[in-house]
Amino acid sequence: MATFQLTVNGERREVNVDPSTPLLWVLRDDLKLTGTKFGCGISACGACTVHVGGVATRSCIVPISHIGDRPIVTIEAMAGDPVGRAVQDAWVAEDVVQCGYCQSGQIMTAVALLKQTPRPTEQNIEESMGGNLCRCGTYPRIRAAIRSASAQLPKGGA
Amino acid sequence: MPRIRADLLVSAIVVAIPWIMSVGFPGVGASDATTTTQGLAAWEQVYSVLTSPRCINCHTATNYPQQGDERRRHVANVVRGPEDKGVPGLNCAGCHQETNADSTGVPGGHNWHLAPLSMRWQDMNDRALSSAEVCRAVTDRSRNHNLDGPGLLKHHEEESLVKWAWNPGRRPDGTMRTLPPLTHEEFVAATRRWVEAGTPCPSSR
Repeated sequence: MATFQLTVNGERREVNVDPSTPLLWVLRDDLKLTGTKFGCGISACGACTVHVGGVATRSCIVPISHIGDRPIVTIEAMAGDPVGRAVQDAWVAEDVVQCGYCQSGQIMTAVALLKQTPRPTEQNIEESMGGNLCRCGTYPRIRAAIRSASAQLPKGGA
Repeated sequence: MPRIRADLLVSAIVVAIPWIMSVGFPGVGASDATTTTQGLAAWEQVYSVLTSPRCINCHTATNYPQQGDERRRHVANVVRGPEDKGVPGLNCAGCHQETNADSTGVPGGHNWHLAPLSMRWQDMNDRALSSAEVCRAVTDRSRNHNLDGPGLLKHHEEESLVKWAWNPGRRPDGTMRTLPPLTHEEFVAATRRWVEAGTPCPSSR
């Protein structure tokens, strides 16, 4: 076990865990931030996506010992983020969600895309979202919501 | 005395001829043909490493990396992206950290990325290019970031992602990833011999 100082959604948090523990389980079990979901456990589905140092990161396969001092942002902070807010509003407006299990990962990836590419092409959306799986098949509505959110963002990004 | 001197001269010649035959004449050096042959042999050793899975999986001709010894397409629909580092939301660095993550089986290294398309060592069907084709690509300074022979040697000796191939970490099942066919020291030594021979390339296709 070891102690790690983390910055999660802007707050300093301390955890005492095995260094090999994936970030996902630190977030869910130790910090009780259960919006981030366990899907496949091998980085293949994207349900566990969070932002680490601004980069969309598959939290199920990154040990906590690899995080360092990079800030972590989870789905719980998206309502307070301009791009996150726009995406969540679009998600509601387009009625994207069906079962909802993958959606926090979908939103985190979409926000990462729009922060770097406020006006994504269809190819941009296809490639950036291509690693996030949805068993309900909400893909058309996800794409529509990303286009809708993009239209609400300033051209140069939020 | 003259007879003794003649004997000494003959003895000296008998001793000297094999030595000269083995190392060449001072000032003349080994023949160019011999040097080129040795260089080509060294290149084949280098090529055996470059086309091993630890290296060639990220030297693809397609818009995706490969993984595993079977060189399958990378999971999660990962794509190359405009800078060979993935795309927003699906960057290489989103999974591949600064070092290997052995507890989860994800390899890592500084600035994890695909080699540029100019350094593709495969065709569009994921088959390794021939020794001659890879050699031409590696030595073409318009395609290799303008590296000359010493630059290539330094790249093979010091670049962190090159060196990662000999410290590739564990697979998700806990077993060690396979290594290239030479040790890093042997790889560097072969590269040095190839560079010293003038980086010759096979003439065949």
